[in-house]
Amino acid sequence: MTVSAPAPDLDDMRAIIAQHTHLEGPLLPILHAFQDAFGHVPESATPLIAEALNISRAELHGVISFYHDFRENPAGRHVLKICRAEACQAVGGDALAHATLRKLGIDWHGTTANGAVTVEPVYCLGLCACGPAAMMDDKVIGRVDGAKLDQLLTEVGA
Amino acid sequence: MKIYVPADSAALALGADDVAAAIMEQARARGLSVELVRNGTRGMIWLEPLVEVVMDGVRHGFGPATPDDAGAILDGTCAKALGPVDKLDWMQRQTRLTFARCGIIDPLSLSDYQAHGGLAGLKRAIAMGSADIVDEVTKSGLRGRGGAGFPTGIKWNTVLQAKAAQKYIVCNADEGDSGTFADRMIMEGDPFTLIEGMVIAGLGVDATRGYVYLRSEYPDAISVMTRAVEIARAAGVLGPDVLGSGRAFDLEIRKGAGAYVCGEETSLLNSLEGKRGVVRAKPPLPALEGFLGQPTVVNNVISLATVPVIFEKGAQFYADFGLGRSRGTVTLQIAGNVARGGLFETAFGMSLGDVVNDIAGGTASGRPVKAVQVGGPLGAYMPVSKFDTALGYEEFDAAGGLIGHAGLVVFDDSADMLRMARFAMEFCAVESCGKCTPCRIGAVRGVETIDRIAAGDGAAIPLLTDLCETMKDGSLCALGGFTPFPVMSALTHFPDDFARVKEAAE
Ligand SMILES: Cc1cc2nc3c(=O)[nH]c(=O)nc-3n(C[C@H](O)[C@H](O)[C@H](O)COP(=O)(O)O)c2cc1C
Ligand code: SF4
Ligand code: FES
Repeated sequence: MTVSAPAPDLDDMRAIIAQHTHLEGPLLPILHAFQDAFGHVPESATPLIAEALNISRAELHGVISFYHDFRENPAGRHVLKICRAEACQAVGGDALAHATLRKLGIDWHGTTANGAVTVEPVYCLGLCACGPAAMMDDKVIGRVDGAKLDQLLTEVGA
Repeated sequence: MKIYVPADSAALALGADDVAAAIMEQARARGLSVELVRNGTRGMIWLEPLVEVVMDGVRHGFGPATPDDAGAILDGTCAKALGPVDKLDWMQRQTRLTFARCGIIDPLSLSDYQAHGGLAGLKRAIAMGSADIVDEVTKSGLRGRGGAGFPTGIKWNTVLQAKAAQKYIVCNADEGDSGTFADRMIMEGDPFTLIEGMVIAGLGVDATRGYVYLRSEYPDAISVMTRAVEIARAAGVLGPDVLGSGRAFDLEIRKGAGAYVCGEETSLLNSLEGKRGVVRAKPPLPALEGFLGQPTVVNNVISLATVPVIFEKGAQFYADFGLGRSRGTVTLQIAGNVARGGLFETAFGMSLGDVVNDIAGGTASGRPVKAVQVGGPLGAYMPVSKFDTALGYEEFDAAGGLIGHAGLVVFDDSADMLRMARFAMEFCAVESCGKCTPCRIGAVRGVETIDRIAAGDGAAIPLLTDLCETMKDGSLCALGGFTPFPVMSALTHFPDDFARVKEAAE
């Protein structure tokens, strides 16, 4: 997969960190801010974060790897989350998810060859009365079927 | 002309933005001036997007609406007319206390909020002392709606009694359970209720700071709550001098990071502190040593959002609803394969069968109901034979289940309960915080054991039962400890699904 983003600038990264250091428990807000800015937590950010918060890099890595949200590598240009949880399974979510993955030729967490979309499992989007549910980036979609998904995937160039 | 089109996530997921745009476009074409309000949802998700048009002061519903319906709705010729929304059976049969305003008001209008009873509870609380506030909550009989059903007043009293320079109110808005969306709905539809509840909690236990730990899977709720906090701060509902009381309380919204276990309160606190979301051993209780080691109230969204109505109407008013030791209302979330899914708030005591068959109208597929999972991924699969179980904490416990956050996920007879049991184990393996072996390793073994059963190895069934016992006894929290509920209930009530025939060896 080729995602060519400019290498993060050190000053930009320091500025992101500085915006949050006054918080009680600043680490998650910092990691989210990096994800928002760069789509992942860049390797080059970790010594800066560790130093600013006075934690070891191993500790920081432990936190980043604990949470499903944080990535150490960029995802595709769009992220499609498909709900795998029970209420969506009750209305055929499982079959839909597998058909989609098969069509895209990827597995969960995989990215299409052209870098357009990464597909992630999600365990409930709070749309359990109108499943199967999915979310493209921050846009929620209910009663998803094959046609709706195809349209969405076409829109993002998958 | 005043028109309401919900901006609740479920409505958005079903196309509400396109409907709203079409209505404005058709109104322009007709030279009509329309005041469009983006309300929360009334909770009738099968009717979303539910457009409401005010006619002679009465809100008339149209739904489920599509953009093509916009013209006819404006012309009064739409075949999807439902009549006055308040008169719909679903609305009439509820007791809406916590959700009284949801779907009715403009979520971000503080004046609309106040016109519908908002801030009355806080004003009353300000005139009371801390101990009286806690006493009022105790008398209401409110129990935690996040899952464990712990009496809220007792928890608050522990924090009130603790001596510390800084105490905290932490709202658990992690809502990770499948089949639940009440927290999301109220945060999107009536966010000031949650804020008001947290301020009252702060006054009650002498805490001046609060956090809402809100799951990242809810971008719309995060955005509404963030704006609501800014509005509340600007209006002096939050800040150094809450409504001129001389008392301080402020709060922040914090975004989770996609870990189910962070809904467990001690894991949540670790996460809020910027650590791995590993579960802490209790004691110490978070009430004594919580966020940053300070006394902390951790309460679910619905618990806190119910506090304002208790103060507005009085503890006794609230306690007069309910069954046995389950006082007040339960905010049922009806989901999965149902004809009518959504949020239904009612006094504790209704039977499971009445909710599923009567309120929800059975399955969406029209096939017979096979099972209902109550209480999220750690809740038992209730077979139809247990449909007379009354909705109450003790009543469900006695029936081998749990109410949890009151989500009901309905399955029709095409559901394969072996696969659901396997999923429960798989989910536990994916989301385990890793602290205890029976959970971390046991869940992986559970998946393998169920795969053996699926392949026709009946001898693996007792192994699965033993494994569930080990997980129950040897897990620190309910993720490992309660995963046996869905697994064992599936095995016990649906043995046929586990009696697989061995595939002929190739
Ligand atoms: C694995 C696990 C997940 C949980 N998830 C949530 C959750 O998403 N929301 C919630 O309010 N409580 C959740 N709880 C329960 C909390 O630990 C805690 O009991 C609750 O936040 C207390 O608030 P309440 O007394 O108002 O219910 C979870 C518990 C466990 C063991
Ligand atoms: S039961 Fe599982 S999730 Fe809970 S503390 Fe133990 S390992 Fe962590
Ligand atoms: S189970 Fe899929 S949205 Fe809740």
